[in-house]
Parts: sequence; structure tokens; C-alpha cells
Amino acid sequence: MDQRNQHLENLTEIRALMERSSRFISLSGLSGVAAGIFALMGAAAVYWYLGISPFDGKNAYYVTAETLSRGGVHYLTFFLLDAGAVLLLALTSGIFFTTRQARKKGLKVWDASSRRLLINMAIPLAAGGIFCLGLLFHGHFGMVAPAMLIFYGLACVNASKYTLNDIRNLGILEIVLGLIATFYLGYGLEFWALGFGVLHIVYGLIMYFKYER
Amino acid sequence: MLVVNDWVDFKTLKEMLGLSDGNLASHLKTLEKNDFIKIKKEFIGRKPQTSYAVTDLGKKAFTDHLDALEEIIRQSK
Repeated sequence: MDQRNQHLENLTEIRALMERSSRFISLSGLSGVAAGIFALMGAAAVYWYLGISPFDGKNAYYVTAETLSRGGVHYLTFFLLDAGAVLLLALTSGIFFTTRQARKKGLKVWDASSRRLLINMAIPLAAGGIFCLGLLFHGHFGMVAPAMLIFYGLACVNASKYTLNDIRNLGILEIVLGLIATFYLGYGLEFWALGFGVLHIVYGLIMYFKYER
Repeated sequence: MLVVNDWVDFKTLKEMLGLSDGNLASHLKTLEKNDFIKIKKEFIGRKPQTSYAVTDLGKKAFTDHLDALEEIIRQSK
């Protein structure tokens, strides 16, 4: 009787191990492409708002921002709304494409593996988000863009364990970009556009052609 | 082991399972013939390395196997 329960316990353990190691494979490369496009649009909006162009190197973007306030909107409000809009649009399209991909594969969108992915991605992202708010609070505006890239990269590296592994390299590149940006604060906007815009489009396309075409 | 990892190379399988080269190779060949696993051959530096991963079919076969085992255990005394 005891041996019987032991065997059953072993089976349960094996099943639990399998469950814990299952990855969320419905992540769609198109979410990356969409996110990248929205990010570039967001960056373009900021360039327009400040009346500057990329890499013109005259003043750091946040210095330029301090000296003007366009259309009666304080520049910080504009930045935050801009970033918020990009995030919202990226998330929505991400969910859309991923759900579509899951349905195509006949898999569930919301299950243990997607839940695990979300939680493990949310932790570094939330930490990064709050840290950036802290930076803003202390007026270290220039550090926000590099910090966003670094925390996002860390989140991706971590998340890659719970979904498609290609995200890992994306994360590492974002971290590297963020670290370089730390020493070129004036070009923060360009780095942000590169990291959240260009890299996402590139990786999104790579993943799309690798898994979905 | 293949069900809980993405790709596992021959050496790791051999060490973890404690099997001889020939024994392991023959099991792997049978699994591959039944399309339960897939093989990837790469070069690490100049040494060739073969890794194995489970297929969807293989995963299904494995879970069916677990279910069958459970049935047998439950029905025995």
C-alpha cells in the first residue's frame, strides 16, 4: 500500500516537473514589430514636440525640453503621456497577435505557462518602472531612458526562460544599449528609439519568419 | 529528461542516466525512428555535438505512458 502511494507520488512529481518547465510558445513576432512601430512613432512625436531632429547633438533632449513647453503642455506630461500611449498600444497589439497565434496553434492563451511568463516579466518591469519614477522624482531626467532600456532588457532575459528563447538575445542587446546610453545621456532619445523601436522590429521579423512563416 | 529540457546533448544524457554509449545510442535510435525525438548536430569549436529534443508526438506518447502507469498502479493491490 505504501509502495503504491510512493509510485503515485513519483508520477505526480514527474508531471509537476513537466508542468513547471513548459514554455509559452505562442508569443508572436508580430507583437515585436508592432511594438517597434509604435515606439518609433512615439519617439517621432517627441522630436516633433521639441522641434529637434535625431543626432543633431546641439543640446541634450531633456535640456531642450526644459526650455520650452509647447501648446501649453508641460514637457514632462507630454513625455509621460507619450510613453504611456506607446506602452498601451504595444501591449494591446501584443495581446492581439499572441492570442491569434495561440488560436492558430490550438493552444490556450491563458494558462499556467503564460501566467508564469507574465509574473516573471512583470517583476523586473515593475521595479524598473518605479525606479524610473524615482529618477523623475529626483530630477535625473537624463537617466530615465538608459534605465528603461536596462530594466526592460533584464526583464526580457528573465522572461526568455518562460517563453521563446530568442527573447534572450533581444534582452542582452537592450541591456548593452542601455549601458552605452548611460554614458551618452544627451542621445537618450536616439538610444530609446533604437532599443524600443528598431530592435523590436528586427527581432519581431526574425521571430516571425522563424516560427510563423 | 527531454520532456523537461529544451535540448540535451548526448554527453549530458549519458552522465545523468548512467548508461553506456551503445545502450543510450540504441534507445535514442528507437525513439528517433518513432518520431518521438528530433536530433540536432552542431560543432562546438571543432568537436561535433549531437543534441536531442522531444517532439510533440513524443511528449504525447510520454504522457500517455504516464497515464497508463498510473492506471496500472491504481488497479494493483
